[in-house]
Amino acid sequence: MNMETIINFLNKNGLVVAFLVTGAVIYLANMLSLHVFKKKVPGAALAIVFGLLMAYIGGITTGGKNGIADIKIFSGFSLMGGAMLRDFAIISTAFGASFLVMRQSGLVGLISLFMGVILTFFVGAGVAFAFGYTDAKSMTTIGAGACTYIVGPVTGAAIGASSELIVLSIAAGVVKATIVAIGTPLVAKSIGLNNPHTAMVFGGMVGTNAGVMAGLAATDPKLVPYGALTATFYTGLGCLLCPSLLYMVIQWFFPIQ
Amino acid sequence: MTIYGVALLAICYITGQLFGEGLGKMLGIDANVGGVGFAMLMLILVSDWMAQKGFMKPETESGISFWSQMYIPIIVAMAATQNVAAAVSGGLLAVLAGIIPTVVAFALIPLLSRFFKPKNTEGGYEHGNNH
Repeated sequence: MNMETIINFLNKNGLVVAFLVTGAVIYLANMLSLHVFKKKVPGAALAIVFGLLMAYIGGITTGGKNGIADIKIFSGFSLMGGAMLRDFAIISTAFGASFLVMRQSGLVGLISLFMGVILTFFVGAGVAFAFGYTDAKSMTTIGAGACTYIVGPVTGAAIGASSELIVLSIAAGVVKATIVAIGTPLVAKSIGLNNPHTAMVFGGMVGTNAGVMAGLAATDPKLVPYGALTATFYTGLGCLLCPSLLYMVIQWFFPIQ
Repeated sequence: MTIYGVALLAICYITGQLFGEGLGKMLGIDANVGGVGFAMLMLILVSDWMAQKGFMKPETESGISFWSQMYIPIIVAMAATQNVAAAVSGGLLAVLAGIIPTVVAFALIPLLSRFFKPKNTEGGYEHGNNH
């Protein structure tokens, strides 16, 4: 059996390859967590950082936008880490979660969703302004991108922003998801993120699905369903508010000449 | 049977996500609004009801819990498929537009959380022992 046969075989069985590679990455991360970091950094957090590193390597070697999955032999990652299995697994975490808590914290969850989207949008638009993007379209698109990397392009397309702006907004959104994934376990203690109630506020305020799910998984897997419950509304709310109401507010302050 | 648990998860997924799609369409936006959330609520309610009726056998549960244990590996795989290179190449504006609003949002979490603390903190904070 030659090399080509093996490569072809692995290419054809991408999902199984992804299972194996992910298992190996998590094993490595757990060993590092245990022996090098003395459990101070959770294995899951390290594994997610490794995942992001792999994504970066995949991105710079292929020029594609699907991270490691753009390398043929790792193409199974796009199925394993894709939206379908991700949502299937996240829904399963609700099994055994407390409906009572979700109901009790429902109102603050809703408030934090609106606050999260609106605040993030305006601070993001402010950053754009500081960089000299002082027209309403640019500020809106970048502010929307600061919400999530889906809200950015959806908003940009809706208000007719240039593709350069849309790419910038996606980049801002991916930076956010990455920062949330890595940063959440580090700051969890100082923001009191150790109970389902705060996790629901967290999901609403931060909202970027990938970041919230990864960040909570690395902090405390028990909190995942609560954060996910609110975060799942964030992108939709952002896509609703940014190109309409929030764009109008920005236009009000920065009228289009 | 294990497949019953997987199938239960599947029906919650499909119903919740379709509902989220429909809600998005109704609001006129190109996004799924809360599909995962609706599916999660449905799973909690249906599995509670099944447990009360005695339909929830350990094998059925294992069909659901397998997926919740696969959650972190799936998230690691998801991390590996993010467009990290674009984030890095977006330059300082993208980096700051990603970071600064996030830091502000993080800072407000404890305030919001404390301000709206549920009255009944005791019973509310327990996990997973309702089965």
